[in-house]
Amino acid sequence: MIVLEKRPQASQLWSLATPVVAVLATMVFGGLLFALLGTQPVEAIRTIFWDPLFGEFAFYYRPQLLVKGAPLVLIAIGLSLGFKAGIWNIGAEGQYIIGALTGAGVGLAFYPLEAWYIFPLMVIAGALGGWAWAMIPGVLKVRFGTNEILVSLMLVYVAEQLLASMSLGLLKNPQGFGFPGSRNLNEYESANSWINQNAGLHWGVVAATIAVIFAYVLLNRHMLGFHIRLTGDAPRAARFAGVSPGRLVLFCLGASGMLAGLAGLFEVAGPAGQVSIDFNTGYGFTAIIVAFLGRLHPIGILLAGLLMALTYIGGEIAQSQMGLPAAAIQVFQGMLLFFLLALDLLTNYRIRLKSREVA
Amino acid sequence: MTILRRTLLAGAAAVTALGMATAAGAQDDKTKVGFVFVGPVGDGGWTYEHNQGRLAVEEEFGDQVETVFVENVAEGPDSERVMTQMALNGADLIFTTSFGYMDPTINVAKKFPNVKFEHATGYKTAENVSTYSARFYEGRAIQGLIAGSMTESNIIGYIGSFPIPEVIRGINSAYIQAKKVNPDVQFKIVWVYTWFDPAKEADAAKVLIEQGADVVLQHTDSTAPQAAAQNAGGVYTFGQASDMYEYAPEPRISSIIDNWAPYYIERTKAVMDGTWESVSRWDGIGAGMVGIGEITSAVPDDVKAAALEMKEKIASGEMHPFTGPLKKQDGSDWLAEGETADDGTLAGMNFYVEGIEGEIPQ
Repeated sequence: MIVLEKRPQASQLWSLATPVVAVLATMVFGGLLFALLGTQPVEAIRTIFWDPLFGEFAFYYRPQLLVKGAPLVLIAIGLSLGFKAGIWNIGAEGQYIIGALTGAGVGLAFYPLEAWYIFPLMVIAGALGGWAWAMIPGVLKVRFGTNEILVSLMLVYVAEQLLASMSLGLLKNPQGFGFPGSRNLNEYESANSWINQNAGLHWGVVAATIAVIFAYVLLNRHMLGFHIRLTGDAPRAARFAGVSPGRLVLFCLGASGMLAGLAGLFEVAGPAGQVSIDFNTGYGFTAIIVAFLGRLHPIGILLAGLLMALTYIGGEIAQSQMGLPAAAIQVFQGMLLFFLLALDLLTNYRIRLKSREVA
Repeated sequence: MTILRRTLLAGAAAVTALGMATAAGAQDDKTKVGFVFVGPVGDGGWTYEHNQGRLAVEEEFGDQVETVFVENVAEGPDSERVMTQMALNGADLIFTTSFGYMDPTINVAKKFPNVKFEHATGYKTAENVSTYSARFYEGRAIQGLIAGSMTESNIIGYIGSFPIPEVIRGINSAYIQAKKVNPDVQFKIVWVYTWFDPAKEADAAKVLIEQGADVVLQHTDSTAPQAAAQNAGGVYTFGQASDMYEYAPEPRISSIIDNWAPYYIERTKAVMDGTWESVSRWDGIGAGMVGIGEITSAVPDDVKAAALEMKEKIASGEMHPFTGPLKKQDGSDWLAEGETADDGTLAGMNFYVEGIEGEIPQ
């Protein structure tokens, strides 16, 4: 009989190996799914993982990886801080929207003035917007002991309503013939987050890189990072070590909200270009997967964000080149998380065969 | 400043590279036509009909064309990438079938001057970007006539997607005709802020039915409102974008069908012949872009006859759904006796006509 035996200590080896094994298992079972749908499985997997990186048009797709990956990494880094300490911000999507609204709002308020200080002001406004939106569940938790998972998630839907209202009203393009959506910030030099559009480089990519380094230093070299890890691993010990749980909640939610807000601002002022009703496309939720796929480790998140971006871009290519349905690609991405969580078991448990009779 | 200049130079180089790539991709003689869809091809409504148009193109030209499509493409940067990817892979003509693809289409078209783009329901054109849309409001007028005649509670429910001119035009058009046949009629409008979300659409339909509506019109793409009406019983609906005939003869008593096939075939042919030019096409019942689905036996004969007569008159141009005298909601004059609305006003319509209650969300 097969039994699971708890390891005395989490396995270092498996903790590193599971993401790789999960990706491989996804390839195998995803390939099987594609084969059942009547497409060439090997070609489909190659289209998804290989073509964007080394295919004929890689010169276009590689920069796109940065565009698609940057917001994921930026948001996931923030989320990982809280997740490590057992503080669950599920509402990054909402903070992302609010950051975009406040940031774009500041930019649009200056239109058509061209000045160097507009973009920095937008960045500050975007960060503050996301931070403030995350402070709602934060303060409610600290003051009244509400559940931050529920409150932050519910605020996503509130943010979506605000987004719709802003696109139809306050931020609507006065020259848009009555159609919803703001002015396009890509046509407004001072409010543009692109550094080099063809290289896929915008300030969000820079910010994501800085966030990775910053989080790494914070978690490994700084007292606050130690407190975060300690709270997650041993809450009671953390209390004895003088960690204030309330302050930690506010810090983690605030930091993740701020980074999500920044991601929204950089997106709206760059790749998206405008505030529109359908501005948010799920980065805030996908980032949760990215955070776990990256083992809540800054470097891991960086790699996971790029991998996730790769499956999106490769998935689109597979759709148009091989006629795979969009749903198959989504199942494929879902498999990745499923295998990761399933295999995670091996980090904390080992499989033992108790009796040899069973073949 | 140096950063800026470098950006521009690098940008120019990359654009040249993109242009060369298309030249290479376009070498084979098949005409490649790409379609970018906002929903799944199985939505039974908007995207379904665009996909029918794609299949018609394949049927018409057989081996001479190759079509590709990507479904469920989010509006914004994702759509820009999908379009670029199609153009890189040698598409000669790309149909982008949702309003939110407007700016992305223009952006990508700039990088690929040799690829033709067709954007549905937008207003921005370029040398290689056309726009096309259908005069759905013509079909709405007929729906309004039938709805106004069929309602007994005198409350007609209307599920709006987004408060944009396209949808507001439909509400006004339906209301004007409903009011003509039934002066006591009242419209209740619910905005769901989505084009396709069966759960939200079903909720909206239920709310409207609970408020007494016995006819529900929808400007969203799923069949969920039809199902909700069927469950409630005694409520009539109309198919939207697609025939939705599986709900006939009741609750679905007629429908507006988008028929993109003739246009898609015509434009593909133009690309093949090298005669493609940028146009802004807005066709209605007359040109066959808007179809009226079978009016079922649930509708009395005289109402059916009146509806068909109106269809004929609109098709021939004898009747315009927006003919004065008409006032705006605030009571100000809009169209004088016998005057018809011009396309510019219709395209940007952001007001209700007199009699409709409620405000357009801002």
